[in-house]
Amino acid sequence: MRCRRCARCRKPPHRYTRAELTLVPSVPKTAPPLSVDLRDLRLDTAVALLGRGERPPTGTPPAQYLQRLIDGLCDLSLRDPLTGLANRRQFQAVLEREIDRVTRSGEAALLLMLDIDHFKHVNDTYGHPAGDKVLQAVANTLARCVRPMDTLARYGGEEFAVVLPACQAAFGKAVAERIRRTIATTPVRIDSNTELSITISVGGAYALQWIRSTTPLWTDRADHLLYRAKAEGRNRVCIEEQPDSTVSAEEKGMLFGPLYTPSGWGDLSSMNLNDSAH
Amino acid sequence: MSDAPSPAATAPGTPVAPPPGARIIAITSGKGGVGKTFVSANLAAALTRRGLRVLVLDADLGLANLDVVLNLHPKITLHDVFTGKSSLDDAVIAAPGGFSVVLAGSGMVEYSRLTPEVRNQFLSVIQTLAPRFDVILLDTGAGISDVVLFSVSLASEVLIVATPEPTSLTDAYAAIKVLAMQQQRQHIRIVVNQTARPGDGRAITSQLQQVLERFVTTNSGRPLRLIHMGDIPADSAVREAVMRRQLLLLHVPGCPAALAISQLAGKIEEALLTRPA
Repeated sequence: MRCRRCARCRKPPHRYTRAELTLVPSVPKTAPPLSVDLRDLRLDTAVALLGRGERPPTGTPPAQYLQRLIDGLCDLSLRDPLTGLANRRQFQAVLEREIDRVTRSGEAALLLMLDIDHFKHVNDTYGHPAGDKVLQAVANTLARCVRPMDTLARYGGEEFAVVLPACQAAFGKAVAERIRRTIATTPVRIDSNTELSITISVGGAYALQWIRSTTPLWTDRADHLLYRAKAEGRNRVCIEEQPDSTVSAEEKGMLFGPLYTPSGWGDLSSMNLNDSAH
Repeated sequence: MSDAPSPAATAPGTPVAPPPGARIIAITSGKGGVGKTFVSANLAAALTRRGLRVLVLDADLGLANLDVVLNLHPKITLHDVFTGKSSLDDAVIAAPGGFSVVLAGSGMVEYSRLTPEVRNQFLSVIQTLAPRFDVILLDTGAGISDVVLFSVSLASEVLIVATPEPTSLTDAYAAIKVLAMQQQRQHIRIVVNQTARPGDGRAITSQLQQVLERFVTTNSGRPLRLIHMGDIPADSAVREAVMRRQLLLLHVPGCPAALAISQLAGKIEEALLTRPA
């Protein structure tokens, strides 16, 4: 029996080492290119989903064409068809990634949950097509309010979510307020003579390095604050108070000043005992 | 386990209504290695001596070591209770000092992330045990994680253990600050471990109080009050007891540190457990 990898040589059968075994599933760089006949693949549904021309444009290499199809399908599976925002699946992935990033980088991230106020009323009064228009308009307005690095998602129904990486506590409230105000001041035209004024309620919670949160817990917290915003009368923002666990140099100075002399660690000789008698 | 209703989704550390029964005291610190577990175990022994029914619950779910301090080799831990392998009653173990303990067990590493399930299970354990004891000491983890904040939120009283080292003080201050802002606590008790001379702990507490008043504004607008509960002097007997994995109060009851812990127990009983007639 010959080595199967190189049919011509006369070596004994090749034994795979552990390192080689792990490489087996991936395509080796030296392997001859796989040729696929596009006619053998059932691409009709994919093409129809993506709404492209039936045939690959002449001149496009099949690999490039397939890559485009795959990219298109991936994109499709991560988006909400009505609003074009990230769907629940992508939102979940972004949230997981963000928790990991917070743990590593230490930069806090903010999760906002937004819900259109009295949306059922819009549907009941003006019909579902009008409701869809409102959802699309709100999604567009939201997209104009956030940074490119932020993720906007349709969480479900009339509920949206925004993940803001590297968002410091001081700015979270301002961002959420800006979003709420922009929505409230942007009327939605649902037909030629009807304009609706729409408001949203916003709840927000931070992922902090020391919180070691999980995605269900994080969304839970943000949701809880969204309900509070609703309960407090809607068209408002409720953001979790972020306790600051950092100790500034000024605080340290005041803390240590009277307790320790510069002569070193644990030297409490300069302590003012009279001052402490209370 | 009890059929306790699951608590509403809350921020980590938002106080949950305290379960009826025992007074629950969380023993925590900003920094690790300041003697939290040592204080918990010996304070439990001292409170037991005063005739109280005491339980120490190892709430350091990730890095539990109450079993190490008490030289116990538990067969059943909180991990078995959480996974449904054992009943909670079997996990309540008698400790050398005459008190009871529930140990977390090393399998708890997976719980160091607080999920809603862990939170509910933990809450239900405490609700079940609270009516059977006078005092429950929660030996929490160090630092400020959501597990720590959650277990502290279950307690009506917080006892911070700090040492006079600057690092320990900074971390204790950070922990106090977070508890003041997030849990709307009116007061936090503090015990200073390993002090060099009388008065050190009082001076440190007063200094912490001044910094708090200057830099931390609570929701209520009133500054959080630190209550100095006593000092535990640096004592070579402590190190020996810890190395032998014995309770200081049982083996060297007359040493200065043991006397200080007995005094601390008296103060705690007076402050928390003597209810006006």
